[in-house]
Amino acid sequence: MSMTQHAEPAVTSPPAPGPKEVDGRTVERPQVLRLLARPEVGVFLGAAAVYVFFLIAAPPVREGASMANILYGSSTIGIMALPVALLMIGGEFDLSAGVAVITSALTAAMLSYQLTMNVWVGVIAALVVSLAIGFLNGWLVVKTGLPSFLITLGSFLILQGVNLAVTKLVTGNVATDDISTMDGFSQAKKVFASSFDVGGVQVKITIVWWLVFAAIATWVLLRTKYGNWIFAVGGNKDSARAVGVPVAFTKISLFMLVGFGAWFIGMHQLFSFNTVQSGEGVGQELIFISAAVIGGCLLTGGAGSAIGPVFGAFMFGMVQQGIVYAGWNPDWFKAFLGVMLLGAVLINLWVQRTATRR
Amino acid sequence: MTGKEANTHGAILQDTEPEDGDRPTVQLRNAGKAYGNIRALHGVDLAVRPGQVTCVLGDNGAGKSTLIKIISGLHQHTEGEFLVDGEPVHFTTPRQALDRGIATVYQDLAVVPLMPVWRNFFLGSEMTKGPWPFRRLDIEKMKKTADEELRNMGIVLDNLDQPIGTLSGGQRQCVAIARAVYFGARVLILDEPTAALGVKQSGVVLKYVAAARERGLGVIFITHNPHHAYMVGDHFSVLRLGTMELSAERSEITLEELTNHMAGGTELAALKHELSQVRGLDVDELPDARDLTAL
Repeated sequence: MSMTQHAEPAVTSPPAPGPKEVDGRTVERPQVLRLLARPEVGVFLGAAAVYVFFLIAAPPVREGASMANILYGSSTIGIMALPVALLMIGGEFDLSAGVAVITSALTAAMLSYQLTMNVWVGVIAALVVSLAIGFLNGWLVVKTGLPSFLITLGSFLILQGVNLAVTKLVTGNVATDDISTMDGFSQAKKVFASSFDVGGVQVKITIVWWLVFAAIATWVLLRTKYGNWIFAVGGNKDSARAVGVPVAFTKISLFMLVGFGAWFIGMHQLFSFNTVQSGEGVGQELIFISAAVIGGCLLTGGAGSAIGPVFGAFMFGMVQQGIVYAGWNPDWFKAFLGVMLLGAVLINLWVQRTATRR
Repeated sequence: MTGKEANTHGAILQDTEPEDGDRPTVQLRNAGKAYGNIRALHGVDLAVRPGQVTCVLGDNGAGKSTLIKIISGLHQHTEGEFLVDGEPVHFTTPRQALDRGIATVYQDLAVVPLMPVWRNFFLGSEMTKGPWPFRRLDIEKMKKTADEELRNMGIVLDNLDQPIGTLSGGQRQCVAIARAVYFGARVLILDEPTAALGVKQSGVVLKYVAAARERGLGVIFITHNPHHAYMVGDHFSVLRLGTMELSAERSEITLEELTNHMAGGTELAALKHELSQVRGLDVDELPDARDLTAL
């Protein structure tokens, strides 16, 4: 057959004549190659390379306080990158993730300030709003069958407008009022935005949350039914439906998970800065998506991990702060990111081809 | 082997309550499906019994896909009756069909190429252990079971962790069949399982069809290849333009007759005429147009 005459490297030997106890048709590839083919290993090496590079290029990075700072920056991206990555493995995007963070923070701030209630009321209301936005995104995607790119582009624009307009309407300003004197503020700040001391270094609590969420996400993805479904709905939605996977439930819940992440980061921003700027968040969604892609999640769905985006987010935080510590012009940050993203995409492509080669 | 049953077939259905052994697991009575004002399928009668292979043949667009979609729960029929164990049903999801023991192996095999073989094997029906919220996949047990089941069907794989997309077409087909058999399928619907396969791999798949029948499953074998159908079939139904053109037991029909029905007698005659003009083909060897249409 002419089909098989491609000059492909002979990874497999010709078919064996008959079935034996061992199939024998798959030749084990070298351990190193197989390990490298795992996307999270690739991104780990990338993150390590970036880390070592800045250790040498920027001496201040070697201090504990700088490291805590770098990890803090990474964690605020990383906490959002996790649900965005899971959603991507499930075959969808959420372009509204960046502004949804601000929507959540605005909801909590304005609700508790305007009604002079305990901030926890606002926090809970914000959670409900965030989950509802996620649900609506997911429901529209599942019901219409339209690409999530379009649906969430719509919700991105809607939220961006609503954030500005409603904030101006309610507060007469583009930012919310300071809520730091309200009931429950210090309590909520402890949960979302406190720091603790580790050997003289102030460590932000978001780092802990980030690692906890990453551990939970990894366990869910690899060890539970739901995780299996995420891979399946992203890998082949129709096949998944045909074997009885609840596709609509899986997709909608993934969008709601992004809503949860947006709520969490929104609360962190609110309780760190006491006020929220209503115009922020635009462009953040692409940072989250990039971190997920750099972390080895396949843009078309069906492959990826939760640990990869952790390293992806770390690379972001490292580059962002590293450039500053090295005393370079921070304008270069985006250029660095672009190069990292392209590199990751190329590696992903190669991995996919290797994995599906017959 | 099924000739005697065929003779009494109609009487049993209509007059007496059939014994469990002979009652069709799945039965369509005058069933049909319209998409808006397009009648994709109408007046279809079909009975699937345990340990029998019912072949559904038809050209492209004859309504084969619509038929399996109804039985597998992807679409609902709009006319006639669909009975499972003698009970009228209207499936709204494939899950409901699966719960009644009707499993479908689709043309695209319903596998997720990037997922490992064992994950694909148990997809949608994963084994778990531990109490909620710590309920987790029982990976060891699943791998072991998948390996055993595949070996039972004569498929030996070195590494169940390899993505299923790396298997050959025939192997994937067999994994899909083994999966359906394992999950307690009583009725197995095979949608053109040999369509994309070479001669040797088709043979392997037909062997598994026979193996499934030996295990007492009712098999609906959808194909447009009468040769493959005749090798394993007990009953043959030919669909044409959305309706049943022929329904015959194996004893009532020969391979030639089946082939002719499949191709459509008059169309074949016209083709024969054309061929005779193209080159000096010995058309006398081919059956006569009158013979074909008389069937």
